[in-house]
Amino acid sequence: MKKNLLFVQGNEACVEAALYAGLEFFAGYPITPSTEIAELLSYRLPKKGGKFIQMEDEISSMCAIIGASLTGKKVMTATSGPGFSLKQEAIGFAVMTETPCVIVNVQRGGPSTGLPTSVSQGDIMQARWGTHGEHAIITLTASNNQDVFAMTVEAFNLSETFRSPVILLFDEVVAHTRERLIMPEPGEISVVKRLRTSVKEGTDYHPYLPREDGRLPMSDFGGVHRYNVTGLMHDMWGFPSDNPKIVYGLMHHLVDKIEGHTKEITRIKEFFIEDAEYLLISYGSSARTALHVVENRRARGEKVGLLEIQTLWPFPADTVRKRCASVNCVIVVEMNMGQILHEVKKAVDDPDKVFLANQINGSFITPTDILNILRIIQGKGS
Amino acid sequence: MPVRDYIRERFFPHIWCPGCGHGTVMGSMIRAIENLGIKKSDIVVVSGIGCSSRICGYLDFHTLHTIHGRALAFATGVKLSRPELTLIAPMGDGDAFAIGGNHLIHAARRNIDITAIIMNNSIYGMTGGQYSPLTGYGDFATTAPYGNIDRSFDVVKLAMGAGASFVARTTTYHVRSMIKILEKAITHKGFSVVDILSQCPTYFGRKNKLESAVDMLKYYKTHTIPIGSKEKEKNPDLIERGIFVQEKYPEYCAEYDKIIEKASKER
Repeated sequence: MKKNLLFVQGNEACVEAALYAGLEFFAGYPITPSTEIAELLSYRLPKKGGKFIQMEDEISSMCAIIGASLTGKKVMTATSGPGFSLKQEAIGFAVMTETPCVIVNVQRGGPSTGLPTSVSQGDIMQARWGTHGEHAIITLTASNNQDVFAMTVEAFNLSETFRSPVILLFDEVVAHTRERLIMPEPGEISVVKRLRTSVKEGTDYHPYLPREDGRLPMSDFGGVHRYNVTGLMHDMWGFPSDNPKIVYGLMHHLVDKIEGHTKEITRIKEFFIEDAEYLLISYGSSARTALHVVENRRARGEKVGLLEIQTLWPFPADTVRKRCASVNCVIVVEMNMGQILHEVKKAVDDPDKVFLANQINGSFITPTDILNILRIIQGKGS
Repeated sequence: MPVRDYIRERFFPHIWCPGCGHGTVMGSMIRAIENLGIKKSDIVVVSGIGCSSRICGYLDFHTLHTIHGRALAFATGVKLSRPELTLIAPMGDGDAFAIGGNHLIHAARRNIDITAIIMNNSIYGMTGGQYSPLTGYGDFATTAPYGNIDRSFDVVKLAMGAGASFVARTTTYHVRSMIKILEKAITHKGFSVVDILSQCPTYFGRKNKLESAVDMLKYYKTHTIPIGSKEKEKNPDLIERGIFVQEKYPEYCAEYDKIIEKASKER
């Protein structure tokens, strides 16, 4: 057996990947179904000289990782629905101050306390718009352990590249399914290091003046450059400003740096889509069920394909439109009332050919849930 | 170094009202740091939201102006990540004791080496004079037009109860002792809470018939006494000032270093 083969939960795959990506600081608060991430990191992080802290609540966990990130550390927190709600204001602070950080939300049934141990994908829109004010955000998801690993490393890489919080939107099924994980060798997946300023001590450093390529090299808190970080609109010094020209520039910078790089951020998987007449679009654990249906139907000669979206935000509208152009009909498979359905409808040329196959009762979506819709669309009776 | 070397002059004038006590606190903080000879690049100041929290922008340290009530949570992240840095968290009374009360008691319980400075003007100044958890019973505020019926916290007792290893109180009238207390609080290895009564003539004063900053400073002079003063027996309403607690408890970051040592020895 290969040495680097593990049999683990999705939450463990996430922990392995975070450590692979160079995680140095984790703050969290116990919540089902993400708690294993905190438990494992409390054991693993100090072994490599990293820091773990269980904070007094979800809000302070989010705040603590932002503080640690400013000192130059790679940071992460993990939570689930109710905790994700509580973290939203501080996530907005990370957006505004352009502080790299990774937030894992293992989705469970909601609203409110909902179904703490059951699966759901109800936080798609909260990941996009949970914090107040106009902004852009990066959100990734995954359907199996190997992809949980890849997307977690990706989340750290994108957060450093774009100086943005990145949300990893897993779900209870992905987090608690035990399956194999092939641990990549060090260097097998590239890891993005923090971009630090080359401005020398004694020379003015402008923390919020983007370079020509739009990136902002950072300077660690505690290092040679002393500067101000604020959640207020700010100028290139990081000092509060309500000058309309500066505010306009900052708003555009914050949104454009992500929305303008949608193609670069998009991660998508395609299964049997070249000749597909019916296209399933799914993500997270739902995509496992969708893939099962596709393979099953293909065996019967039906031309069904699957588009598995791994970058939910910024939504890859162009890619979705192109892939949907030649198919007869599209079925969005998700465990909510159609949060990505509406994004797909907005993206495609003919929204009337987009349908929803979903499950919202806390049970994992089954192939039958999808087949029932597919059969109606195919005119094979209900 | 002259005091002006510690401030970012290009960002002046500051936003504080004429007569506000917060400038006095900032001046004392700078003098304490100057007296201690700590390098500017070794100091991180973390604040929340409110009049007090704007102090960040004016100080030439690493400064982090965060969200309402959460200064200590951010500061905990900075400190645990870089324990060699000196962490100071100036907060308003609403910031520290209403929305941020939870973080204050837990930072005290952990005894993490951060100096919490409460710029206590007994009012929400930035939003226009609403009552705070430190507005006294019967005081007036824009949201207490008939007088405040909330009982106020006793900052010193609360910090002591939560386990802070250094607790002190002073006022903007007693500047010399404020500087000394801040020096001790900053050098104290553990969580320090310094409650500084700081006048807000614009809102607290105007609503409570203490119309000038001078009136309010005189009030601090006549209504506070050093700890242990016999006058307290005659008039229990007098407010004690001085250092109430100065204890050595295990400090959080030092304790975590032991965890790292333990964990790295295990296979």
